[in-house]
Amino acid sequence: MDRAVAGFRRHGALYLMAVPVALYYIVFHYGPMYGAVIAFKDFDISKGIWGSTWVGFKHFTDFFSSFYFWRILRNTVLLSLYQLLWGFPAPILLALLLNEIRHVRFRRFIQTASYLPHFISMVVACGMLVDFCSRDGVITGLLAAVGIPPVNLLTQPGNFRTVYVASGIWQEAGWGAIIYLAALSGIDVQLYEAAVIDGAGRMRKLLSVTIPGIMPTVVLMFLLHVGRIMSLGFEKIILLYNPNTYETADIISSFVYRKGLGEGFQFSFTAAVGLFSSVINLTLVVAANAVSRRVNQTSLW
Amino acid sequence: MAFKESAAGRVFDAVNAGLMVLVVVVTLYPMLYIVFGSLSSASALVGHGGLLLHPEGFSLKAFSAVIRNPNILSGYRTTLLIVVLGTAFNLFMTALGAYVLSRRGFPLGKPLMMGIVFTMYFSGGLIPRYLLIYRTLGLGNNLLALVLPSAIATWNLLIMRTYFQGIPESMEESAKIDGANDFHVLFRIILPLSLPVVAVVTLYYGVGHWNAWFDAMVFIRERALYPLQLILREILVLSNMDTMGSGGEDLEGLGENLKYATIVTATLPILFAYPFIQKYFVKGIMIGAVKG
Repeated sequence: MDRAVAGFRRHGALYLMAVPVALYYIVFHYGPMYGAVIAFKDFDISKGIWGSTWVGFKHFTDFFSSFYFWRILRNTVLLSLYQLLWGFPAPILLALLLNEIRHVRFRRFIQTASYLPHFISMVVACGMLVDFCSRDGVITGLLAAVGIPPVNLLTQPGNFRTVYVASGIWQEAGWGAIIYLAALSGIDVQLYEAAVIDGAGRMRKLLSVTIPGIMPTVVLMFLLHVGRIMSLGFEKIILLYNPNTYETADIISSFVYRKGLGEGFQFSFTAAVGLFSSVINLTLVVAANAVSRRVNQTSLW
Repeated sequence: MAFKESAAGRVFDAVNAGLMVLVVVVTLYPMLYIVFGSLSSASALVGHGGLLLHPEGFSLKAFSAVIRNPNILSGYRTTLLIVVLGTAFNLFMTALGAYVLSRRGFPLGKPLMMGIVFTMYFSGGLIPRYLLIYRTLGLGNNLLALVLPSAIATWNLLIMRTYFQGIPESMEESAKIDGANDFHVLFRIILPLSLPVVAVVTLYYGVGHWNAWFDAMVFIRERALYPLQLILREILVLSNMDTMGSGGEDLEGLGENLKYATIVTATLPILFAYPFIQKYFVKGIMIGAVKG
């Protein structure tokens, strides 16, 4: 007891400072975790969260057996995989090519220009896309020049993933390259000098020094991406999709938004879908971290 | 490098430089297109297909319609309010948290840290969050709903904590001997020594508030309180003609032109600030990378 009192006296101000921070996390982060119990209830606003009747896993089984389950699961996984396939290598390639430019000011100019799109807000970026992909938009016009019939690209389910992934590269590749450029500048110059003495040309240096040098960063970033494969955000989706493209565009998070807040107010059902996705995300992150610890000796926590 | 370059190497350099120029063009041209389109005359723009290499028939009519649009003006007002007050609140809360978590020997430090990091990997989900803010706390149609729930971004908290940990403990000890308490240490000693990280975190929060729209769409009912991005969504994504003008004037045929001028007006502040702020963002990635 005396020790506790002494400890409090010593750290008194720190306890006081911790209060608002702890309160914030308890209310706004742990509060919704408690609220997620409505996934196991038939939530009735007048009865409140605790007063509503328990229904067990009803909403989960409803979801698993519904028409939407496979569609939004498939769309989430496919969109993530395409993004991983095209969007993940883009910044690495950009960083490697930038690294080969010797003219410092030219390199700096390209780099600065390449991450400009990152600062354009999501609403404006999607507004531009909607305009460029419309029936008489500039992208549609360019495609028409190579013989693709001019239609509004965003009303075609077959185009949605391409538009999403390609615009994502435009938005984020330059920004994503920064971390790889940092890794590149961290490679010991002596390794290059030793390689040159051993008669290595540029290609050999790239393969034997540069790429192994950034490999730990690449692996770490890759695992981070894999860990997030199911947690694709809905902001860009709900700005770009429409009933014509739900078939390929609707993912778990956009479905939760639409059924819970957008069109209907199926709180318990969508809370169950959201909880299902949160649990999968947590599992994936833990798994990715376990792999990372093994291959890379680095851990997220 | 003073070495002789092989022929293959020179070819590669030329191809690579060409590729990089292409990257720059692809990156910047869409924005240039918007600027050209905004300065074009509406009638010339409607008849024009394909790329724009300069404004078609110069006109500032679209801009004069945009700056007279009451929706844009009220949107700007709400956004500026949230950017300034929200960011100040973010900074205060984040600095408190980062300071508490960076003190060695504080008994609550470890459990608090674990509780906070867990929230990065698991959340209750969108719907319970909505019910909490809207129903339980009753923040519907209240600008506080755009500020309080995002008071601390955990990533920024961790960046700041890492920076604070790098400040020599002797600074704190000598102040404590002189009778300073932890509030003094944080606000008079640690923060003034941490200006680079304060700048980075301020910018992350500021730009975050500037770009945010979703919470406002869900929580704010009154149009006069809409932030700029929500107005932009109506104009650009939903093509809502009512939001585009003030109601009275004739906007016939001005559609595209007006959209482009709206984008330019709404993006200009960021683009002007960009050359000055971009290096701080890059620094933020570096500070974060040290921990990662």
